[in-house]
Amino acid sequence: MENVINTAELQLTKKDFESDRMVKWCPGCGDHAILKAVENVFPVLGIPKEKFVVVSGIGCSSRFPYYMNTYGIHGIHGRAAALATGIKLTNPELSVWMITGDGDSMAIGGNHFIHVVRRNPDINVLLFNNKIYGLTKGQFSPTTPQGAKTKTSPQGTFEAPFNPGELVMGAHGKFFARVVDTNIKMMTQVFEEASHHKGTSVVEILENCVIFNNKIHALITSRETKDENQLFLEAGKPMIFGKEKDKGIVLRGTQLEVVKIGENGITEENILVHDPTTEDAGIHTMLASMMPPAFPAALGVIRSVKSKTFEQAVWASVAHEKETSKLKSVDNLLRTGNTWIKD
Amino acid sequence: MLNRAFKLKIWALSVSFFIQWSRHISKKVHKCIYTHFLVKKKQRCRVLLLHKKYFCYDFNMLKMANEKQKIVELKNAVIRFAGDSGDGMQLTGNLFLDSTAIVGNDFATFPDYPAEIRAPQGTISGVSGFQINFGDKDIHTSGDLANVLVAMNPASLKANMNWITNDAIIIVDSDAFIEKNMVKAGYENNPLTDGSLTGHLLIDAPITTMTKDAVKELGLDNKSAQKSKNMFALGMVLYMFNREYHNTIKFFEQKFKSNPIVVEANKKVLIAGYHFADTIEAFASTFKIEPAPLEKGLYRNVTGNLATAWGFLAASERSGRNLFLGSYPITPASEILQEIAKHKQFSAIAFQAEDEIAGIVSTIGASFAGAMAITTTSGPGLSLKSEAIGLAVMTELPIVIVDVQRGGPSTGLPTKSEQSDLMQALYGRNGEAPVIVLAARSAADCFYSAYEASKLAMEHMTPVILLTDGSLANGSEVFLIPKVASLPEINPPIAEPNDPDYLPYKRDDKKLNRKWAVAGTVGLRHRIGGLEKEDLTGHVSYDPLNHEKMTKLRQEKVDRVADYIPELNVTGEEEGDLLVVGWGGTYGVLLTAIEELREEGEKVSFAHFKHIMPLPKNTKEVLSKFKRILVCENNMGQFVNYLKMSFPENDYMQFNKIQGLPFKVIELKDHITSLLNG
Ligand code: SF4
Repeated sequence: MENVINTAELQLTKKDFESDRMVKWCPGCGDHAILKAVENVFPVLGIPKEKFVVVSGIGCSSRFPYYMNTYGIHGIHGRAAALATGIKLTNPELSVWMITGDGDSMAIGGNHFIHVVRRNPDINVLLFNNKIYGLTKGQFSPTTPQGAKTKTSPQGTFEAPFNPGELVMGAHGKFFARVVDTNIKMMTQVFEEASHHKGTSVVEILENCVIFNNKIHALITSRETKDENQLFLEAGKPMIFGKEKDKGIVLRGTQLEVVKIGENGITEENILVHDPTTEDAGIHTMLASMMPPAFPAALGVIRSVKSKTFEQAVWASVAHEKETSKLKSVDNLLRTGNTWIKD
Repeated sequence: MLNRAFKLKIWALSVSFFIQWSRHISKKVHKCIYTHFLVKKKQRCRVLLLHKKYFCYDFNMLKMANEKQKIVELKNAVIRFAGDSGDGMQLTGNLFLDSTAIVGNDFATFPDYPAEIRAPQGTISGVSGFQINFGDKDIHTSGDLANVLVAMNPASLKANMNWITNDAIIIVDSDAFIEKNMVKAGYENNPLTDGSLTGHLLIDAPITTMTKDAVKELGLDNKSAQKSKNMFALGMVLYMFNREYHNTIKFFEQKFKSNPIVVEANKKVLIAGYHFADTIEAFASTFKIEPAPLEKGLYRNVTGNLATAWGFLAASERSGRNLFLGSYPITPASEILQEIAKHKQFSAIAFQAEDEIAGIVSTIGASFAGAMAITTTSGPGLSLKSEAIGLAVMTELPIVIVDVQRGGPSTGLPTKSEQSDLMQALYGRNGEAPVIVLAARSAADCFYSAYEASKLAMEHMTPVILLTDGSLANGSEVFLIPKVASLPEINPPIAEPNDPDYLPYKRDDKKLNRKWAVAGTVGLRHRIGGLEKEDLTGHVSYDPLNHEKMTKLRQEKVDRVADYIPELNVTGEEEGDLLVVGWGGTYGVLLTAIEELREEGEKVSFAHFKHIMPLPKNTKEVLSKFKRILVCENNMGQFVNYLKMSFPENDYMQFNKIQGLPFKVIELKDHITSLLNG
């Protein structure tokens, strides 16, 4: 698992991972940019190309494995996490990437999502959150904002939405990051960090469905408003944002608050410094919950805490049992306990 | 008929037992029974006679009576140990089983656990039982009705009255038959005295009192002192069947190594029970069953679930592929998951998933990554796994799905057995989704069925559903331990690294299987998934003709498995008037019924199916040789309908039982006889 492989020796390029299949997402769909970012990342990770496995569930995003020249398996709706877990447990050397959407992982696969996070196998989850069902043509999803009118909510939805980051924190997840599909550079950087993290790393990608939910993330992503609504988090750096870099986040009482540097005696010193490594997920949860217009959306790696992975624990137990068990073969096992000879 | 002299002899013996008995036992402790026996002396002797008659005639079990030694030789006997769930009756039964194994009898057992985990003490729902049928020939079932019942309290007597013969020997702990317990069991009158047990040989021994007495000098508190009363009953039964008790004591010494006082208590009580039975001569004769002519070799006892787990471990070792089990606990399948979880030393990974779906889907993932991947469940879980089985069909990855069938639909009868998931196994999926379906026929056969299911799945690159059932899962029987190296080889079609000809859906000419290109192998990167795939390349394809071609190929791949499974065997003449047909777990009881009928001179043949999809190649031919075919199964007729569909030319009849209980030999015999004579 920890094999150090010289990337230069591998000499992989984007080309090694491009499939010969025609990419069939709608023109303008955010998925194209995500695919590009993943193609940027895979060659530079130092992992031999046959060790990548891309798994998915069902949805527009879940066509992803067909568009990558790796091992791939396109599963059934909601269950990619279970596929990924089975693969990773069987062969921990594989670099497993799970592609899922907000319907796939927050609705039908909600249960698997929280459990994979809880167990913490070393897989990378790319959660394409466009807040709508695209493949089935426009029904609301568990992340659709309350009140949104869609094909199945003509009067507006009556439900409070999920925030994937909060679910990750609630399930004691160790890695959560958020990126926007409009920034390939940011995606490339964060995907790489997710890959290096040992354990389940969930990256929520605010992705635009041009057809059924166009501009759903516009406040965060559009050129005009993004600076005021994006807070890109970096470890050890103060949480400062805004076009003029004049806004920041402070902790007041038990709540986060947006402040203006230079006003009311606030200086840079007062601004919270980001630490993604704290075991306590309190601040991370609050950061994940922040949404415009009251707050900027937190982007980048919000939480990254080291911990043992599921497969490490399981295979350590295998090694221990192999060493200590008296049973060296199934023949031994069949002869344990009460046996008798008939002659 | 018994000759007059023999009758008299028994009468005399019975009378003498009271005399001897009164001489031997402590007056103080046993005064009450003594009186009780004296009062009922006449009645008791009569009962004893009836009992003799039973062994001589009614059940045709007597081979020889050696009057001098008072040892009656039997062909087989059925004992049922019953008590409150806290009375340790499973252990009692298992210890008796060990001694049965030592004398070399063949046997089969069935535990009868309470459905509730902690049912109220002393009630019918809290009764736990263990039945064992042992004999001097091949034993295929745990027995219809018990010839001997050990009932530790009123509830266990009441709960088991329907499960014993009309003239069974009943051993009860008379100390437990107090007002409070009888009310709990729902008795209005004391069954020991109200005449309701007439016809039985009743041995109402004050077991609790004598147990306490036996351990008096150990200085145990009242509760601990009573704990080993099951061993008193065991001692009595060991004596009754001419067994010795040293191995049982050895067991105590091993099991309670750290607690010498417990060893001592159990030992004293066991011996006390043994000597008590000897002293009172309550049984008039003791019984003996000769060793069964089993094949030479090393034997053990296995339950179906244990055998299933071990069959998979053996297949994993033999195929060289690590075992991965993705599963979710469900009655009555959980023991397989529990057993595999113990064996990480064989690199076997048991993944307890968050639900049934994750169980099977993780299994598919594991298969893609090259594991010998299995999932285990029962009916409701199989329903939940349907969609994923379709994914395994489409991706043509090898997995085994074990369904330990229970009574359905819905939650149904979780602790009872049924064969009602057959159609679900065959067809319960969207689309045309053929899989191999196997059905284990006995507890020990679960080992070979699990092994064969794994072999077929991997060699033919397809999901296999293995059907067992609650009776097989918890029942046990004698198992001739094989050497793993003697089992058939397993050779999965693993694709070689950098195989220049590799294509994901290129097939073997004979088996039509595709190659298993394990994720991570150099030079074989490819994508698979639930969308229809183009022949050869495996690219997503919506082409109508390709879909038809692939659908037919998937079916034919499964059909061709018929070339790799054994042909159907017929017990009895290969042609005739009546062929009795069964499948899966009913094998033992059907075979017993047919063997007995044939011994009695009836002309009837029997064919049993273990391979359901595909059917053995000679099925059509076998069936065509009989005028009538009677299909017996524990459902409404799922297999008979499958046969009707496959071979409509035959004349089928059906015999079904849907009570959550296995067939009884007697009811099968009655039905078959009525057909033969009717
Ligand atoms: S429907 Fe929406 S999410 Fe799906 S491919 Fe088209 S734009 Fe993308």
